[in-house]
Amino acid sequence: MRNLPRLRLIQGAGVVAVFAVALAVPALAPDPATTNIAVFTMMYIGLATAWNIMGGYTGYISLGHAGFFGFGAYALGLLLTHLKIAGGYEPFLLVPVAGLLTAVLALGIGWFALRTRAATFVIVTIAFMFMLQLLAENLVGLTGGGAGLSFPSPTWSGDFFNTPYYYAMFLLAAVGLGASWLIRNSKFGLGLLAIRDDEDKALAVGVPTGAFKLTAFVISATLVGMIGGVYGYYVTYIYPQFVVDPLIGISMVLMVFLGGLGTLSGPVLGALILEPSQLWLAYNYGASKLYLVFYAAVFLIVILLLPRGIIPSALELLERWRTRSGPAAPAPAAPSTPSTPVKAVTP
Amino acid sequence: MSLLQIDNLCKRFGGVVAVDECSLSVEPGSITGLIGPNGSGKTTVFNLVTGFIPKDKGTVTFKSQLIDRMGPDRIYALGIGRTFQLARIFPRLTALENMLVPVRRKGLRALFSGAGWSSEKARAMEMLEFLEISHVAGKLGGALSYGQRKLLELGAVMMAEPDLVLLDEPAGGVNPALLDRISAHIRKLNARGITFLIVEHNMGFVMNLCTDVIVLHRGRPIASGKPDVVRADPAVLDAYLGA
Repeated sequence: MRNLPRLRLIQGAGVVAVFAVALAVPALAPDPATTNIAVFTMMYIGLATAWNIMGGYTGYISLGHAGFFGFGAYALGLLLTHLKIAGGYEPFLLVPVAGLLTAVLALGIGWFALRTRAATFVIVTIAFMFMLQLLAENLVGLTGGGAGLSFPSPTWSGDFFNTPYYYAMFLLAAVGLGASWLIRNSKFGLGLLAIRDDEDKALAVGVPTGAFKLTAFVISATLVGMIGGVYGYYVTYIYPQFVVDPLIGISMVLMVFLGGLGTLSGPVLGALILEPSQLWLAYNYGASKLYLVFYAAVFLIVILLLPRGIIPSALELLERWRTRSGPAAPAPAAPSTPSTPVKAVTP
Repeated sequence: MSLLQIDNLCKRFGGVVAVDECSLSVEPGSITGLIGPNGSGKTTVFNLVTGFIPKDKGTVTFKSQLIDRMGPDRIYALGIGRTFQLARIFPRLTALENMLVPVRRKGLRALFSGAGWSSEKARAMEMLEFLEISHVAGKLGGALSYGQRKLLELGAVMMAEPDLVLLDEPAGGVNPALLDRISAHIRKLNARGITFLIVEHNMGFVMNLCTDVIVLHRGRPIASGKPDVVRADPAVLDAYLGA
């Protein structure tokens, strides 16, 4: 117990150091190839963290979050087109509006999808994602259909071009991590974890499971929608099959599983390992689908060797090591009747 | 006036009548035993009262308020807590976190703010101490023994200060020493004003602990009253012995 403040201090210092390094990335490695990797890595840190708020905390595995990603991208693109906003910093100000529109959509989808559980929920979310993809392809007058939708291009120089997008992604990832931390340390978060463990039991102790799940779903989708908006602005041209892409949804899920489901730092670690690896494969072996083989291998390793992910497994190993190397734990004190009255049951 | 009043409650599962025109009441401050042979509908009555399954017919009134169309979370918020036949806790949460899950406060602010969080933790620790399991507060629920889980489940229900607690087979699968402890805890909590309705097969436990007993047979009450009176009722003997 005496080590607790020191541990917290080390943790706090570690978090500050990580944030400082993340903030300095464009200055430390300014070449566009590196900052491009940084933009996508930060994007997936945000996506995995947002997905974890729903999938990790409640245990409801949504494979349809790519639908919200694509919707956010289309929402921002259409807003920019209809409001005739030129490229520059102004489009970033409309990202929260894209998030708000995604939240409204998530409220509707969640209302239906969360009436199901387990495998049925997974399938329903996939179905909604493909419905959104089909709508993007077929509502030609609105979305441009298969021809895609263009965003205004900023006039920034090539060397600087990626930097604003990196910081936009960084900000959204930080918001996601802040939300995730706040939720994990609240009664609401405890309710979500209780739902993950035993939903009926959670109901029996007063957790309004329907409202809790829907709130988590909407928070998660809103963040994903905002990130999708920034992504659309970054790539400047979006197509239904590439922006409402099941692989985007699967990637965020895999990152969370690799790092640690339901943990705060697990999604960050998973994204830091997988996304640069995927881009490295793409840079070195061309735009092939080789990274899918890599993803499949990682998925198998996670399932076979690290079913709980890296962070929980590492913490378990550390705990075992501490138990073995530390002094023998004192035997629990003999139970006794407390001298203080039990306020919880005082009539 | 009764704390819980059930009138003409019915529930069918396909062709099986689980609860049939069941009417019973639970008096405030009592420890009422709900007994009956296997399949007599005891757990179904619990599930109907706590909103886990919808009724076909009848009414359930708690503190003069109709609750038979409410969900389990709302019923809990009104002051009815329950445990399950097999102790159900949250295995990936610590014992202390298990105690903090119950929600009786309303509003998003209460759910997100840290206000009251430390006092709630202190109350949870006091309850764990009262149940003599405070030494496992930091342990994951899944790592606890069955007896500890039973006590933890009881403690978690108590966290929201319920008026009525429904215990489904509290003596099931526990050793005699723990049984005595559970009995003692129930008596102490009852002395503080909490009413209990207990489904149990262990007749010794029921007869020693309960102030009132209701006997169910084929989904409807066939006898009720003080334990000694019920024990001597020929209808009860018939139901149990199949005479």
